[in-house]
Amino acid sequence: MTIAIHTEDLHVYFDKNHALKGVSMDIRMNEVTAIIGPSGCGKSTFIRCINRMNDLIPGCSVKGKVMVDGEDINDDDADVVDVRRRIGMVFQKPNPFPKSIYENVAYGPRLHGVAEMVDGKLKRRKHTKAELDEIVEHSLRRAALWEEVKDRLDKSGTSLSGGQQQRLCIARTLAVNPEIILFDEPCSALDPIATAKIEDLLVDLKKDYTVVIVTHSMQQAARISDKTAFFYLGDLIEMGDTKQIFEKPQKELTEQYITGRMG
Amino acid sequence: MMLSRRATEMVVFALFRSCAVLVVLALLVLLGYMLTGGLERLSIEFLTEMPRRANTQGGILPAIVGTFYLMVIVLAVSVPIGIMSAIYLVEYEQSSWMGQVFKLAIYNLAGVPSIVYGLLGLGIFVAYLGLGFSLISAGLTLSIMTLPLMISSAREAIAAVPGTVREASYALGATKWQTIWHHVLPYALPGIFTGIILSVSRAAGETAPLMLTGVAMSLHRLPDSFFDSFMALPYHVFYMATQSSDLLATRPIQYATALVLLLLVLGMNLFAIVLRKRYRDKYRW
Amino acid sequence: MVPRTTFNREMEELSKEITEMANASKTAFERSVQMIADMDFSLREEIRALDKRIYELNEEIDKHCLDIIALHSPVAGDLRLISACLKMVEDLNRFGRYATDIAELIDDFEEGKAFKRFESLRTMSCLVVGIVDDAVYSFLQRDAIKASHLHERDDAVDALYDTIFREILTYMMEDPRKITVGIDLILVARYMERVADHACNIGEYVYHMVTGERLDPKLRTGNVEQPACRIFEHPDPRTELDLK
Repeated sequence: MTIAIHTEDLHVYFDKNHALKGVSMDIRMNEVTAIIGPSGCGKSTFIRCINRMNDLIPGCSVKGKVMVDGEDINDDDADVVDVRRRIGMVFQKPNPFPKSIYENVAYGPRLHGVAEMVDGKLKRRKHTKAELDEIVEHSLRRAALWEEVKDRLDKSGTSLSGGQQQRLCIARTLAVNPEIILFDEPCSALDPIATAKIEDLLVDLKKDYTVVIVTHSMQQAARISDKTAFFYLGDLIEMGDTKQIFEKPQKELTEQYITGRMG
Repeated sequence: MMLSRRATEMVVFALFRSCAVLVVLALLVLLGYMLTGGLERLSIEFLTEMPRRANTQGGILPAIVGTFYLMVIVLAVSVPIGIMSAIYLVEYEQSSWMGQVFKLAIYNLAGVPSIVYGLLGLGIFVAYLGLGFSLISAGLTLSIMTLPLMISSAREAIAAVPGTVREASYALGATKWQTIWHHVLPYALPGIFTGIILSVSRAAGETAPLMLTGVAMSLHRLPDSFFDSFMALPYHVFYMATQSSDLLATRPIQYATALVLLLLVLGMNLFAIVLRKRYRDKYRW
Repeated sequence: MVPRTTFNREMEELSKEITEMANASKTAFERSVQMIADMDFSLREEIRALDKRIYELNEEIDKHCLDIIALHSPVAGDLRLISACLKMVEDLNRFGRYATDIAELIDDFEEGKAFKRFESLRTMSCLVVGIVDDAVYSFLQRDAIKASHLHERDDAVDALYDTIFREILTYMMEDPRKITVGIDLILVARYMERVADHACNIGEYVYHMVTGERLDPKLRTGNVEQPACRIFEHPDPRTELDLK
């Protein structure tokens, strides 16, 4: 089992606030890893480190290593744009662009172009229409949305229901062919049926991608993840197989949290 | 006197309604005045001929053209600068002290009286830069005058684009500029158009800056270039109402000119409104 | 304030119920042995009453556990407690049943006297009462170590049963008139052996509840502890212990 993400002594400060305190953990490839913990424990902060989204917050400083594929993406030399292409993110509230469904999914690939080896050098060229069509269809299929929208690709992305919008956002992320996909409480704004569909999708996605999901629902973490990590007040308290965490947690704090006795 | 809640509601809303009615009434009265006063003078000749006999006969074509060119200059100058400043304020200098200084400067500029802008135009464009009494001097002066309004509107529109859209764009690997160009600006366009409408409407009606930067009382030809002298509708109304040979007789001309100005501004605004609607429909939230 | 008040209340209710059932089962069995030892047949009524209560509690606890699972999604320690409860009620129920069976079986003084004659039978009954005691207390005190040692004593019980069987067989062959009594005594011994097995099951459930691991019954340490026989000294019924 190879390690997809390896963090070493990761610290995050928001001005004076020490939000993440020396987190070291390994996330395995082709698994669903869930991150649970009470509000403000640092779980969203943590995954935003992985795709450098914390850079966008003024006053935020990140220290420590985040190794993906043997490279430290936190390094000053790292190409942030490339990091974000390889590590996608789906947010809590579905946020499709107010453009057509097709445009939503095609935006990512259009940004990055096609990488080709020409005469031994890596060049990027624009996609042809046929290539884009194919990418859009493939991404929408993988996100279990194709059948529902294939006849109205030109309709606005915001005309879809909440669950469909979220799947559109997932398709949009898949279109740039990432290795890792981060989900920040993706179902908290959705009804139970939409949630169930997305949960099934997440389990399906792990065949081809590494999935990391932050969730405040312990039942969701228990249902779909292979590994679970418990954060509390900026510290990683315990991480292990999901079955072990939910049947026999090692740390007292973990047991208190998952049995709901954390006051 | 203690009113019941129901009665209070009715009184208050009656008050609100009457205020709205007052506004509409005022507009109707204004229009009525202008129509009754100037309709007789309004004709194809009026709109297409040069003035004759010291503006008492003929048409006001040069004034129409002059105002139109002025608006073109204002659009060409204040819109790009306004948008770019607004982008800078919102995207690049959010909370630092420089951003605060800029905001303060803009608010203050917005409150400066137009006559002061006229003086500014006279000093800088006409005299210092040697542009003389010309369309370009007047146009640039008007542009600076409307810039604060343009920047404020554009800033509001750009800041109103939700942060979630920016996040989504960044998460896909877009750079800051790509995000602004592909998402922030297009979605802010309706608001920016509103800003353009407000700016153009204001600039079209200003008289004081024109007076100090070289508007002519009467010309028998159209301007050759932007460096040429010009006539303008608002000044024409002022001139006819205060300095024409026969004030009473030329009253219809005054009203008619005002009407033409109104229609011109309305026409330009309508164009912007159509464009705005198009973008509103294109990017439905 | 600790959140999940409804859930916590339910868990406390469940704890009370299972504690009551455990104590009732243990008492029922002790009374049945005492009945033979003292030939105090008045105890039969008490045993019947206890058995009835045990049966009721069995149903209540069963239903209660399912309710909690359906409504509250228990995990970790709570889940292991409920798993233990669901399994334990069956074995505790058996204590009550066997106690009643023993009580029904022994109905005259002949058997009482015969019982006193067989020392091995008395020893066995002491041992089994001790195992039942410890099984129930290991649950009440959440003591995994105590629970893990029950198996060893069960082996001794099984061995004693074989001995008793042969003894009584001889007894019956001596005098055919003693066959009725003999068979009853064999049955009593059989029931007690079964009770010991059930008590060991409870030990396994307690071990899993506390540690999360399964107790491997094949592990023998060979250390057989013989606690002092309390049954003939009329011990006081012990009261419910305070739970954490």
